[in-house]
Amino acid sequence: MDSSWQRQSCQSVRQSMSKDNYIIEARGLVKKFGFKTVLRKIDLSLKKGDFLALFGPNGAGKTTLIQILCSLMLPTSGNVWIAGFDAGYDREALHKVIGVISHNTFLYNNLSAYENLKFYGRMYKVKNLRERIEEVMGLVGLRGYMNDHVQTFSRGMQQRLSVARAIIHDPLIFFLDEPFTGLDQHGVEDFKQILKKFRDQGKTIVMTSHDLDRGLELCTQAAILKSGNLVYKEDISKIIQDDFKEVYFKLTGEQALPV
Amino acid sequence: MTFIQKVWAIVWKDITSELRTKEILLSMCLFSFLVLIIFNFALDTGLKNLRENISGILWVAFIFSGLMGLGRSFGVERDRGTLHGLLLCPISPWGIYLGKMIGTFIFMVVMEIFTLSIVTVLYNINVIPFLLPLGLIIFLGTLGFATIGTIFSAMSATTKARDVMLSILVFPISVPMIIASVKATGIILWGGAIQEIYSWLKILIAFDLVFLLLAYLTFGFIIEE
Repeated sequence: MDSSWQRQSCQSVRQSMSKDNYIIEARGLVKKFGFKTVLRKIDLSLKKGDFLALFGPNGAGKTTLIQILCSLMLPTSGNVWIAGFDAGYDREALHKVIGVISHNTFLYNNLSAYENLKFYGRMYKVKNLRERIEEVMGLVGLRGYMNDHVQTFSRGMQQRLSVARAIIHDPLIFFLDEPFTGLDQHGVEDFKQILKKFRDQGKTIVMTSHDLDRGLELCTQAAILKSGNLVYKEDISKIIQDDFKEVYFKLTGEQALPV
Repeated sequence: MTFIQKVWAIVWKDITSELRTKEILLSMCLFSFLVLIIFNFALDTGLKNLRENISGILWVAFIFSGLMGLGRSFGVERDRGTLHGLLLCPISPWGIYLGKMIGTFIFMVVMEIFTLSIVTVLYNINVIPFLLPLGLIIFLGTLGFATIGTIFSAMSATTKARDVMLSILVFPISVPMIIASVKATGIILWGGAIQEIYSWLKILIAFDLVFLLLAYLTFGFIIEE
């Protein structure tokens, strides 16, 4: 993994962080689809090692925000810098330092697990690819399924392979869009362990979730998005879980179901 | 070199995936076979008629069958939810375009080899003596069709009536390429001199270059959400 682009990206990270100390920075993000405004002047900044859980009801703009941050979508106005790279102009360089995991696995069903990772590894120019694939397959507990086709995998196994896909190039930053969707309890626990490992390794993570308990358990910062506005952002050390739920339901206008 | 390796990775992925399912190749070859069979019954295959019509029949089979492959090029990525995965890879939109276009081109060439073999049997035409100039025309024509088709395949992938949209978009723009290919193929199959096809070859080359340039300049905007 000691490739030239990684050294370049690390230099850029250092440059950007020496200035503001932020690895993710978004300023004045606005996104409109026709007449509908999905994001309204979002400002967001995260330092290296931060784990932001982004909560919000359906249609709040969470996925749109994640897609803009990982440069899958351009904002109508505003700017995003990821590890010093401008998301509007340095997409190729930016993509080298991020890993994206969503409820959509981005895997090719007709290919084996090994072939999927081989494809993505080649796209990222990963050195010693065979060894790296074995390593990440081991990390997600799928070493015994290297040559099995993805279409034979359960939802949980596909999601684990999706994690292996996202970490094949050892990214600095992870964007997770509803990563727990479709996972059974066992899969959720396994995935939480993987996320904790990333967090402990100092990776920067932005995760959208509907599940307040799960999100709060893992994150170092929590934020609430409502109708395209970032209405709340706080450090986890200053949050009491029950109070946060109250704040969430108050800010989003949702009602907690009676127990 | 890195860029070429990444483009090749996309081509490898598409070919490996296709060899597993044979969805595109099988449907393209079967459709082409049906077109040839229908024309064989519909037209008088006397020598004079055949010489006049065979280049048109060939290119009708190539273009209509090729269209089936084009529809799947980006449509499959969209349907399977892998398009975002591809877009998140560190490669320029031009690289993604080239990878997909080369994949489509290879599938079309396989279908065309199959079609030519069937033509040889069904229409009793020996293409072996014309193989080199014919190969050049088919190469340029197919490249042009794959070049345009891949652009419009990406554009129409998001629409509901994808296949209809693709035909509506691709055919009008392909007309100069199709006419040049049909005319040049006809000249070669009628035993014309190679010099006679130069003007048609120039049109094909110009067509390919213009649309490759257009793809290079615009594909980033096309593929964007």
